[in-house]
Amino acid sequence: MSAASPKAALHTLRFLGGRIGGLLVTLLASSFVVFGALYLAPGSPITFLTHGRSMTPDAIAQINEQYHFDEPFLLQYVRWLGGILQGDFGRSILYKDSVGSLLGQRIGTTVALIALSALLVALIGLGIGIFSGLKPGIASSALMGVSTAAMAVPTFVAAVVLTLVFAVELGWFPVFGVGEGPVDMLYHLILPAFALALASIAFVARLSQAAIRQEITADHVQTAISRGFPYGVVVRRHVLRNASLPVLTVLGLTLAGMISGTVVVEQVFQLNGLGSLLVSSVQQKDFPVVQAICLVYVAAFIVLNTVIDLAYSVLDPRVSVGGGKS
Amino acid sequence: MSALLEVDGLSVELPVAGEYRTVLQDVSFSLDAGQTLGLVGESGSGKSMTVRSIAQLLPPGARTSGSITFDGASVLDLRGDALRKFRSRDVSMIFQDPRAHTNPVRRIGDFLTEAMRVNGRVPRREAERRAVELLAEVGIHDGERRLRQYPHELSGGLLQRVMIAASLAVKPRLILADEPTTALDVTTQSEVMAILARLQREYGMAMLFITHDLELAAAVCDETVVMYAGAMVEHQASSRLHTDPLHPYSAALMQARPEIERRVPRLPAIPGHPTSAFETPDGCAFAPRCRFAEDACRAALPAFERVGDGEYSRCRRAEELRGQLLVPAVVSHEEVVR
Repeated sequence: MSAASPKAALHTLRFLGGRIGGLLVTLLASSFVVFGALYLAPGSPITFLTHGRSMTPDAIAQINEQYHFDEPFLLQYVRWLGGILQGDFGRSILYKDSVGSLLGQRIGTTVALIALSALLVALIGLGIGIFSGLKPGIASSALMGVSTAAMAVPTFVAAVVLTLVFAVELGWFPVFGVGEGPVDMLYHLILPAFALALASIAFVARLSQAAIRQEITADHVQTAISRGFPYGVVVRRHVLRNASLPVLTVLGLTLAGMISGTVVVEQVFQLNGLGSLLVSSVQQKDFPVVQAICLVYVAAFIVLNTVIDLAYSVLDPRVSVGGGKS
Repeated sequence: MSALLEVDGLSVELPVAGEYRTVLQDVSFSLDAGQTLGLVGESGSGKSMTVRSIAQLLPPGARTSGSITFDGASVLDLRGDALRKFRSRDVSMIFQDPRAHTNPVRRIGDFLTEAMRVNGRVPRREAERRAVELLAEVGIHDGERRLRQYPHELSGGLLQRVMIAASLAVKPRLILADEPTTALDVTTQSEVMAILARLQREYGMAMLFITHDLELAAAVCDETVVMYAGAMVEHQASSRLHTDPLHPYSAALMQARPEIERRVPRLPAIPGHPTSAFETPDGCAFAPRCRFAEDACRAALPAFERVGDGEYSRCRRAEELRGQLLVPAVVSHEEVVR
């Protein structure tokens, strides 16, 4: 497969086109599920809007005219989808504001939280994994033991324990909020990010350790050693490069898993991100907001998976572009 | 002239389930520059362990005794940089399964030029030019294209040629070939073997050639060592091994081979099953399966002794039985009836 040949380039283009097409179809299907699920959910948003009071038919008709609750399901869905395609996520029932601008105000916090968590997973998780994979011994066994325990800790427990110890008892970090300005925000987000990342750090550490241990005994590594390469070259070019393949897959999946974890963490640390907005919107039956956030989460998940898929086919030449192992 | 490689009294123990087990005992031979020595034996006889000891590629925890001398330097004492230099310049290993022994995510070009670039600090273009030359030497003429391919895109035979080309890249003085053709089909085998033998002559390299194919050993090697249960049982010129074996085990192996010219009703098999060094009884390891064994054979391990000029055997009856070892065993009653 030479990059220069037009045939290969066409092949790659078709592969990319297929992936992006698949991504769009999945997004469409999930938008339908998201919308449909909320349509079927018990409780009517009208009840919330009227605060439980009985309203005149006129008033109800006015609400329906604004929010289209009286239309058939499919029409509502198409109207909603059409709006989204034009960048309009509808209006929040609770805040009387456009959903788009509500999300816009809060998405930054969530993205920063996930990015910081991903960084922690990559630095600490891979760091521990590589160290204990290459240097078996007491330290490595201890780290793996701690990792196993950490993997079993649910995000909400981690969040509460971390708050109690580092924010309340030791006072090293703020208890809640996002602070003012980027630096203060980073400081405020360290504890939440760590709570969100803890299980993933442990998981990635264990996985990369196992991948390295397996790769280091591979026959081709023996070849590299027999050719008299320095340890660093053998490890870098043959052990880590090959062990990165399974780790990459799982790294992508854990990252996607952390997206849903933000709901819990933002709630515990009172961060004004998408997760806490989702929780309050569900409680208040603010359907347009719930639908929009769910769609954003699903989209992020799918895009992330596609990116991992693409990265995999770049990193592993055996995975031929166009699918399947040859 | 002293030998290029001298192995003297080499014994190896490996930790298996917490206890040390002997896998190699008292292996001694020497190899001159440009000479080929064959190591023949069945699986578990210690051929690979012998070769791995020389490149210091034994599994972790292995205990070795005896000595290995390469060009006057003690190989077993090499550590760190000196060991890396020895591995990168003096010896080169060709493995049995080229597919498992090449990194699947790196290109052929990478594999071929890596040694030159890492150890020799040859610039990339220069190394690639040399790699194409090397590929031409092993009969691959579209080298430019091959350099950009990955191992899984090449056939086994082609990949083994690449492996041979890679081992030539550093112009080693000794090639350790660990069953280089076993994983290949028969036609490819002979092609690869011809290439290897020719290049070895041209480059004037010594070669330690492991195989379980006696014909191949006879064709390629100047001398052959036959191993059984971690010990050498016979060492003599390859040309005479077939007609005049010095150990009942070698003789039994010869008889167990089918011949193209002659039809035999049933191939004589060696009774019993192969044993490893650590589970052999006192005395001669082959005694339980040997049709010439006497009580004295089972009493103590026979010494590896000189029988004639350049001829050694670990059979205490070697001289007495010489010439009779290949006489077919008495046909049993059962076979007469059939």
